[in-house]
Amino acid sequence: MENFNYHRPASVDDAVKALKGSADGKLMSGGMTLIPALKHGLAQPSDIIDLGGLKNAGISVGGTVVIKAGTIHAEVAGNADLRKAIPGLAALAGGIGDPHVRHKGTIGGSIANNDPAADYPSACLGLGATIHTNSRKIAADDFFTGMFSTALADGEVVTAVEFPIPKKCGYAKFPNPASLYAMVGVFAGQLADGSARVAVTGAGSGVFRVAGMEAALSKSFSAGALNGATVPSKDLNSDLHASAEYRAHLITVMAKRAVEAAK
Amino acid sequence: MDNGTGIGARVKRKEDQRFITGKGNYTDDINLPKQTFAYFVRSPHAHAEIKSIDTSHAAKMPGVVGVFTGEHVAEDKIGGLICGWMIHSKDGSPMKAGPHPILAVGKVRYVGDHVAVVIAETRDLAKAAAAAVEVHYHVLPHVVDVADAMGHKAQIHDVAPDNRVFNWSIGDEAATDAAFKRAAHVTKIDLVNNRLIPNAMEPRAAIGSYDTGTDAYTLYTTSQNPHVARLVISAFHGLAPEHKLRVIAPDVGGGFGSKIFIYAEEVVCAWASKRIGGRPIKWTAERNESFLADAHGRDHVTHAEMATDADGRIIGFKVHTKASLGAYLSTFSSCVPTYLYATLLSGQYAIPNIYAEVDAIYTNTAPVDAYRGAGRPEATYVVERIVETAARELKMDPAEFRRKNFVTQFPHQTPVIMCYDAGDYNASLDKAMEIADYKGFAARKAEAAKHGKLRGIGLSAYIEACGIAPSAAIGSLGAGVGLWESAEVRVNPVGTVEVLTGSHSHGQGHETTFAQLVSDRLGIDFNNVSIVHGDTDKVQFGMGTYGSRSGAVGMTAISKALDKIEAKAKKIAAAVMEASVDDIEFKNGTFAVKGTDKKMAFGEVALSAYVAHKFNSAEIEPGLKESAFHDPSNFVFPAGVHIAEVEIDTDTGVTSVVNYTAVDDFGNIINPMIVEGQVHGGIVQGIGQALYEGCVYDKQSGHLLTGSYMDYQMPRAADIPNLNLGFTCTPCPSNPLGMKGCGEAGAIASPAAVMNAVTDALNVKDVAMPATPHAVWKTLQPMKKAAE
Repeated sequence: MENFNYHRPASVDDAVKALKGSADGKLMSGGMTLIPALKHGLAQPSDIIDLGGLKNAGISVGGTVVIKAGTIHAEVAGNADLRKAIPGLAALAGGIGDPHVRHKGTIGGSIANNDPAADYPSACLGLGATIHTNSRKIAADDFFTGMFSTALADGEVVTAVEFPIPKKCGYAKFPNPASLYAMVGVFAGQLADGSARVAVTGAGSGVFRVAGMEAALSKSFSAGALNGATVPSKDLNSDLHASAEYRAHLITVMAKRAVEAAK
Repeated sequence: MDNGTGIGARVKRKEDQRFITGKGNYTDDINLPKQTFAYFVRSPHAHAEIKSIDTSHAAKMPGVVGVFTGEHVAEDKIGGLICGWMIHSKDGSPMKAGPHPILAVGKVRYVGDHVAVVIAETRDLAKAAAAAVEVHYHVLPHVVDVADAMGHKAQIHDVAPDNRVFNWSIGDEAATDAAFKRAAHVTKIDLVNNRLIPNAMEPRAAIGSYDTGTDAYTLYTTSQNPHVARLVISAFHGLAPEHKLRVIAPDVGGGFGSKIFIYAEEVVCAWASKRIGGRPIKWTAERNESFLADAHGRDHVTHAEMATDADGRIIGFKVHTKASLGAYLSTFSSCVPTYLYATLLSGQYAIPNIYAEVDAIYTNTAPVDAYRGAGRPEATYVVERIVETAARELKMDPAEFRRKNFVTQFPHQTPVIMCYDAGDYNASLDKAMEIADYKGFAARKAEAAKHGKLRGIGLSAYIEACGIAPSAAIGSLGAGVGLWESAEVRVNPVGTVEVLTGSHSHGQGHETTFAQLVSDRLGIDFNNVSIVHGDTDKVQFGMGTYGSRSGAVGMTAISKALDKIEAKAKKIAAAVMEASVDDIEFKNGTFAVKGTDKKMAFGEVALSAYVAHKFNSAEIEPGLKESAFHDPSNFVFPAGVHIAEVEIDTDTGVTSVVNYTAVDDFGNIINPMIVEGQVHGGIVQGIGQALYEGCVYDKQSGHLLTGSYMDYQMPRAADIPNLNLGFTCTPCPSNPLGMKGCGEAGAIASPAAVMNAVTDALNVKDVAMPATPHAVWKTLQPMKKAAE
């Protein structure tokens, strides 16, 4: 690990100031991806701006669910109001990483990092969430722009994620057998207006929606509606653990399981 | 004796107090004054010529104490790494051992090969400077797969133009061919025994320290056999004579074979310490170095054929195996795919004719050597997969087919050297079938089908030869050392006991089981016994721990020393109690004069031995300390039957082991809890091999693709069902304790049991290990298409 300057600002403005004042600074919110990357020398930032000092955590459930960016996964998984409002989201959070990760990693950190195998982006996209930042609100459809990239501008910090309350939703993950990251994760949501959304993580270069499945589920939100539904393997990942064809197959299997698990 | 801590007692492990509370003392926990740190520059190429190495920038980096390459090693005339078992090819020629310098000279032959070492004030400074060592390579063609390597254009060692180390055979080829001509049926199978990475919990580590005052070296190292390390480093590397080299293997966190071998890094640390004026040098492998540069296991490609007669009796067995030995011959690599493998190809069966041929082959990969089971898992896999396949082809119940062919008379001489001394294979099969509810399988399969799951059952009737090994016998087969064991029992004046043993514990629990033997024999509590091991300055000599030998060989040496202790103590007791030694009875820790009420406790005799007031010290020497060497007269032959049941999710290809039964015959058992733990661990490693673990090198680049836990899947607790264990017992006739060995059995038996279950569930002849979800899904595709 290389040396770096460490900051722990108490306000978002100070965080942005520290970031802008550094040669090659990185924001850290939990650090569950960044710290391993530092250890392996894969990331060598000049400065780390730890957002833990913002104390920006908490969940409020009203007409929508607003989860502040610094909320750890364990809190999302265990929050009683949230478990009532969007049980599928709480279940997803309860399956991220391991207990250690769930007690350090945050929703803001996860979506800002946009790891192509992360779980949260699929929920954001699969529920049509809105990402709040220090300067604007961004629809999830516009937020995730590709592998490890987002619509966030320089100096823009995620402050909260706002989820509409769906009729029901569910998430099914096929973990990479070795790393346990999502090899294929599918989030299926039936929104309040009856329309369906299906978002896939782990299988491609970034989280994406499946229009054909959404159309089928909008007619009937049932696993049976997905019979015969397929995703082309052309743009999917292929590696040691799964070919693109296998991933394509698993998307359909996991989509059905997500619908079956939906609450 | 029945004092609660003797033979057969399920006592908790003494060593766990310190291990569980973080008080273990591992090599990396040890810090010596003025210690420096080593970091190795490793090859990024699978095969390349070294055109030049420029260390000048690295040498000027902060905190750097020294940078050394193979040139410096050569200047000091330090010899290369050796392979200690000579194998001769069929044509009589000796195996082709290429040079293996401790720092590369001229060429690198696998990704991770040790090229140079940087020594600095801290680990980070050494690592930073290592990045500044400039090595100019000319990349050469490479080959990583054993199936492709023979005659490949990548020529790895000059001495082996076709990359073949040897072409070895065992058994009678003509008689076996004749049997095949008579056969009513021939079963054929092609099998891959997947390459594995050992993954001991503690990575390898070493501290080398040269003392300028005494001109002597001390090497702390993660070794399963410190005396063998001292012998090799002294006699072959030529670092120092044995009396000037002390090797200490303190607490060692698991080995599974990978810490038997003498490695470049430990020799470099010891050697280079003199180069830097006697400052100690510590090296601790990073986990990625464990993946790259620990000796790997298995890596066989095999074609086997089994001939049966019209009654379903096996009449002939032919095997051809290609075994990768990696880029260099590691310490015992050559004996693994030969004498530890093909000598077990008779399995539990009376097979009159066996012929096996093995091509050992260099590849541009990490060296391959013994890994838990070492050759015997590979043999069991071939035997038990083809036996199961033959039964299916003959439409016989696999259990009945096995029963029909079991060896039932002992001793039984196989056609492949081994002479089985005792066993009852039907007893283990019966018990395993009962525990596993073999009869109820069809109902369970039908129930699983209702839930869309394919359920399969698989047997593995394994046998292994361990308690390694009779010295003269293995010497005649090419071994460079004898494999006896030594022990010294020192009784203190107060009657407590110290046992010095040449065995080495790195997870086996010797501090407990060895103390149980002493407790049993001397009638003292096992807390009054301490076990000393792992230091060449304390223990006179020893051959270490591997090949499930520490019970059958190591404890027998202790037992022999205890015989001598008892004999001498009786003399002393007789003298003190003024009786004839023939009238002294020793029972439950008390020496008594027959027919009288005169008696002395063990501790009183011990004190008397040291006080020496009450016997004629011209006739009886004072003190109570005895030693013994034990050379076994035969291997020992643990055997048993494992039964696995799996369920396969046809939607995803995920295989779950849902039921696992193991019935083992280990002869007499010292501590059932420890034995069960060994069986559990072995089975988990075998399930890992069958379903999860597979070392993959990229054909194109030669890089290790499974170089971390992100890509190399270890078995996890959640993957393992409750393991149902049972035991049968035929005491081993070749040692006084009647013990066999239990350390490797689980890993030997389980891959075949699991894969027989997987292929049963899928109704296919073979799926290559590891049967990952992806592999199983691919196997399912043509069936699904056919069904549609």
